[in-house]
Amino acid sequence: MPWTTIEVEKQDKFIITDDSQNGRMISYKDALYEAMDQSLARDSRVFVMGEGVDDPGGVFGTTKGLHEKYGRDRVFDTPIAENSLTGIAAGAAMAGLRPVFVHSRMDFLLLSLDQLVNHAAKWSYMTGGKVSVPLVVRTVSARGWGSGAQHSQCLQGMLMNAPGLKIAAPATPYDAKGLLISSIIDNNPVLFVEHRWLYKTMGNVRDTLYSIPFGKGVVRRVGKDVTIVAVSYMLVEALKAAEKLQAQNISAEVIDLRTIKPIDEDIVFESLAKTGRLIITDTGWKTGGVAAEIAAIVAEKDVNLLKKPVVRVCCPDIPTPAGDLQEKAFYPDSETICTKAIELMK
Amino acid sequence: MENERLIELYKIMQTIRSVERKIEEEYKNDEMKTPIHLSIGQEAIAAGVCIHLRKEDYLFGTHRSHAQYIAKGGDIKQMIAELYLRKTGCTSGRGGSMHLMAPDIGIFGSTAIVGGGLPLGTGTALASRIQKNDRVTAVFFGDGAADEGTFHESLNFASLKKLPVIYVCENNFYAINSRQKERQTGDNICKIAQGYGIPAYQIDGNDVLKVSEYAGNAIEKCRKGEGPVLLECISYRWKGHIGTVDDLGVGYRPQEEYDYWVSKCPIKWYKEYLKNRNLLNEPLEKSIHEDIDKVIKDAFEFAVNSPKPQPEELLDFVYAD
Repeated sequence: MPWTTIEVEKQDKFIITDDSQNGRMISYKDALYEAMDQSLARDSRVFVMGEGVDDPGGVFGTTKGLHEKYGRDRVFDTPIAENSLTGIAAGAAMAGLRPVFVHSRMDFLLLSLDQLVNHAAKWSYMTGGKVSVPLVVRTVSARGWGSGAQHSQCLQGMLMNAPGLKIAAPATPYDAKGLLISSIIDNNPVLFVEHRWLYKTMGNVRDTLYSIPFGKGVVRRVGKDVTIVAVSYMLVEALKAAEKLQAQNISAEVIDLRTIKPIDEDIVFESLAKTGRLIITDTGWKTGGVAAEIAAIVAEKDVNLLKKPVVRVCCPDIPTPAGDLQEKAFYPDSETICTKAIELMK
Repeated sequence: MENERLIELYKIMQTIRSVERKIEEEYKNDEMKTPIHLSIGQEAIAAGVCIHLRKEDYLFGTHRSHAQYIAKGGDIKQMIAELYLRKTGCTSGRGGSMHLMAPDIGIFGSTAIVGGGLPLGTGTALASRIQKNDRVTAVFFGDGAADEGTFHESLNFASLKKLPVIYVCENNFYAINSRQKERQTGDNICKIAQGYGIPAYQIDGNDVLKVSEYAGNAIEKCRKGEGPVLLECISYRWKGHIGTVDDLGVGYRPQEEYDYWVSKCPIKWYKEYLKNRNLLNEPLEKSIHEDIDKVIKDAFEFAVNSPKPQPEELLDFVYAD
């Protein structure tokens, strides 16, 4: 069994209630699969490519069997050439198709930055709006079980620095499906950030096609003392932390940004106006990342809302260690968030 | 090839040469505030390839894309307006000289990143295959791009999937001032393509008839679904890498080398060829030049009288609707 599966199987089936209470309860992984399946069925311009999309595992189950259903012209394996494959997908997008290119590890994305940042993200601008690139790049980040420095990275913060790109980072099954569909129908290149530890997360998901707007966050838990802005998998840790904090009479409001480019700034400020305390937690690194950007937005636009300095709960600026004791020290979790929240309340 | 097409090739080459000479002449006035890479000396390659492309066929160009844009039928008014970075330019003043494009005639862009167009053109060719149409893609690149990973990755993928793409290498021996022999083992880019199972030919890129013959066959093969072809066209740029300088002398290109290639001028040779076959005479030559001069005069007038993009339009086009 692949190591990531072992680690993911250890995760509990964390349930996140959503605004779609009438849907079935399914996993994040199955929600992604459903978005892929329904998008391929709905639109003949959609096709899926990437290393292993047609293997028996099907990118952890999210593309499993799709090549049999839609044919190998529309769901196909690729050479290990991330940069050119990104450009090839972008070229196909320019010609009117809607490619979904999948990296089973986000680390591989770094090989493709020339075509993603120099080309795909700039094409609309450089052509004066004449050529658009409706490309989706799916990336899966992992964590734990000795993944080490090159199989665990969460690089979304780095990519926020690329104009022309949109970035989605869904944390719930409902959002995974809706935002993947939104990304596919969007006329711009979208980086779609998935986290392997979310794959077992359960939630209500409608069986129909639906989309979720970019730049619209959601309050996952209402509170009044401290605001926790969470990105991707850190939403799970934030919600666990909020539950623990409740026992200590600290009321935490948890915000899920859902997309980090664009960012829903209003939802952050509305919450801060109530709480005056801000914790930002991201799966990526602390320096120059998502949390740094949100902290900067708050400092720039309404610093007077803050009763205490901003706290960032992110990974420290070192490569991911492989050993288990060091891994535990490296990754922030619900305990880290709780400790910081308690300090903020002093 | 019928006589009309032979003359058409001549007109295209002369148009490229004349437009480039006019740009060179006007550049010193510092109104074209964009880095230019002139195609003088390399006209036969773009002309010989593009004469076989249909309007809907795709083309991707390089930083040195003026010739490719003109040969594919790009509007010269919009091109010159783009060089003057005006709103009426082919990319509304957002791209400049290195990003000429015209999607209505299949030019989906030119890139300033060496080798950057190779995957994109391979991608439009993939789209042709998925959409089951017979549109062919021509990707232009220089000998420098063969240094890049994208060259090898794209060729492998196109060969694997039998994509309808013609890779056109404009080998002018130099990547800026670095000679090919200092950068590559061997001097035969087409042999690399053959290693990927792609039919590839090294030809005289200053012989427009040779280029046209090979390109015609390659494009026909692509259209029939028989997979990619690479043409390594040997040529020489008369001007330096960038701007209007010559890059001649110590540390740069040797004068003798330059003189040799100027003596092999693709237009001079072709003009003699047409005259010897009684296809070109003085009155026709005069009329061709009058037409070209008018096009150029109109284009420059149009450009300098066009408005510039305004500060309040700064955020336009970053995202598509």
